[in-house]
Formats: sequence, structure tokens, C-alpha cells
Amino acid sequence: MKIFHYIVFSLTAAALIIFPCGQMAYGLSDAYKNNVYQTGQLKPKDSVLKVKVGSKAPDFTLKAVSGEKVSLKQFRGKKNVVISFVPAAWTPVCSDQWPGYNIVKDIFDQHDAILLGITVDNIPTLFSWTNQMGNLWFPVLSDFWPHGKVAASYGVLRSDGTSERALIVIDKKGMIRYIDVHDINKRPPFEDLVRELEKIKK
Amino acid sequence: MKKMQKILVLMVVIMTGLVFSVPASAAGMPPAVGGQLPDMKIAMPRDSGDKAYLGLSFGFGSFRIPQIKAKVVIVEIFSMYCPYCQKEAPIVNQLYAGIEQNPALKGKIKMIGIGAGNSLYEVETFKKRYNVPFPLLPDGDYVIHRQLGEVRTPYFIGVKINPDGSHQVIYSRLGAFDGVDQFLSTIIKLSGLQ
Repeated sequence: MKIFHYIVFSLTAAALIIFPCGQMAYGLSDAYKNNVYQTGQLKPKDSVLKVKVGSKAPDFTLKAVSGEKVSLKQFRGKKNVVISFVPAAWTPVCSDQWPGYNIVKDIFDQHDAILLGITVDNIPTLFSWTNQMGNLWFPVLSDFWPHGKVAASYGVLRSDGTSERALIVIDKKGMIRYIDVHDINKRPPFEDLVRELEKIKK
Repeated sequence: MKKMQKILVLMVVIMTGLVFSVPASAAGMPPAVGGQLPDMKIAMPRDSGDKAYLGLSFGFGSFRIPQIKAKVVIVEIFSMYCPYCQKEAPIVNQLYAGIEQNPALKGKIKMIGIGAGNSLYEVETFKKRYNVPFPLLPDGDYVIHRQLGEVRTPYFIGVKINPDGSHQVIYSRLGAFDGVDQFLSTIIKLSGLQ
């Protein structure tokens, strides 16, 4: 019987060698040169949601990199809103997320949706970082002070002060229709978001 | 004696694990000029036009670059999420046009793009946005990207395919190229095409 245990142990050891919990691969754009800080593998999720699908989205007013103030309620009755929380500027996956959204304004338009990008970084940092992405068509908002207040109100503020990588879809009535608190180490496939926007359209 | 047997079993299993682990866990290096490509399995294009262009009309599942019907293949590692790839897209399209409009090059040099970490939907979004005329294929799980040493994007690889089916990397470089004509003459020169 003991030999059986040895074999199980050995197979487990071999499996760990074959499938190690390795570093993520990043298709990182050369646009950032060597300025992106390598965070390594992070705990996939590190917060507890305070909102749910079907509940009213907590309102907020934040300052955008462009200088204007943006409130969630200003889109009430006018636009569906997609909030893209990303953990932090100058980190691997985040740097490879919003530039993709930047080439699909037409898809957001087709679904009568606006995108709001939010991080807990301050405006100067967001300014430098988003400058590498080209001219973004959507507002980038700073949830820096009080630190992470908006992220905390949605329950996506992590214990280290960054936010989760989360997508939240809010309809024109201000109701939450979709929440994806994604594994922080991975980028959410764009088609998942489009599918949710399609649902609102119907 | 029994203890010895157990230890032996343990060692054999771990050694087997080590042997098989090498290709799965080791991230590759960027392809070196003069060397060969890693054994990259690329998803077969769905579009019949793309299949015909690559000369892969009868294949299923996946293919490898040396199977492409061409003397030289230019591979672009890109991403829908990469600002430089977006900026470069119209220039890369000009490169394709430059090849297709030149009777001496058409059919001999083919191009493909591999979307690092991009799903099929994402590469098709990029293709539509920039009217990319050559096949763009997904690498959603970064498997190919890892085999290629996790290069930053855009990254260009030139591959010469010999009549006997063997191949050789003739160009391997990160970043935007200096003008279509110059890049094309470099590829022609390195491949010995003319």
C-alpha cells in the first residue's frame, strides 16, 4: 500500500515540474520601452464586492486627466456606461488593455455606451502613462484622493491600495448589468464585454 | 530491498517529469538569424481567402510556418492592444501592397500576423479596424509568444523556406521598420530572392 502512496507522491511531484506556476507572458507593446514595472504574478483577486448585478451603481465624481470632472450620474438616461478599473499605471497587463479599447470606439458607439477608465493613480502619473497609448477617446479618471474611494465603494480596492482589474457595465437607468472582477494577471477578452453590451441592446 | 524499489520508482517518475517538462515550461529565446523557428503550431485560418493565400487549402487544425507556399514569409508578432502595432498597421499594409504589386515578388513573399495574447475576436477586430489584407491569426494563450521568447510588439521575423521544406530565419527584429522599400530590399537581399 505504501508503494501506492509513493507513486501518487511521485506523480504529483512530476506534474508540478511539468506544469509549473510560471510567470505570465505579456504581449507588451514596445511603446512603453522598458518603463513598465514587472509586478510578477499577483493574487488573482483581493477584495470583496460591495455591489451586485441588478443593484444601483454607486455614484461618483472624479477628475479626469483632461482636467474636467466626470460624474456617473451625468450619463443617466443618455448612455450606457462601462467602467474599466485597472490596478495601476505602468504595470504589465494594464498597459496592454486600454490601447485596445482605444481602437473600438465604434463598437461602444453602436451600443450607445461610454467607457470610463479609472485607476487609483494621481493625475500626473496617469497623464504620463496614457500619453504612451495615443489619444484616448474616453475619459481617464483618477481615484487617487481620498485614496481609492470609488474603488472601495464598489468593493474592488485591494489590500495593497491598488484596484482590481474589473469591468462594470451600467445601463442608462444607472443599474449594474454586468460585473467582471477579472484575474488581475490576465486581460479580459474583449468579446466578453461586447456580448454583455449586446444583451443591454436587446 | 523494498525501500530501494520505492526510491527507484520515485526517481524514475521524477526523471520522466523532468524530461517532458523542458518544452512545456522553458520560455524560448527570440529567433536568431541563421537559426530555425521553434515548432510553432498556428491555428488554421478560417477564411478561405487566407487559406488560399498561404497555400493551406486542404489543412485542418493547425499549421507550421514552413508549410506556407512561399519562398519567404514575413511574420509580424502584434497585438490589438499595442499602440505601436496600431500606428504601424497602415505601413505594414503598404508592405503587403508593395509585394503584391510587384510581379517578381507576388506569390514568393507572403505575410502573416500572430496576435500575442489576442483571441480570434480580437485579431479580427484589429483586422477590420485597419483593413489588414493578409492573414492575422490568434495566439490567445500566449503559447507562440512564449516560444518566441516573449518578444515585445511589434516584432518582425523573416523566414526563408527552401525547396526541400527546410527553413531558416533571415530577419528577427523588434519594432517599426524604416520605410517599406528599405525593409523590402533588406528582406530580398537577406533571402537571396533576387
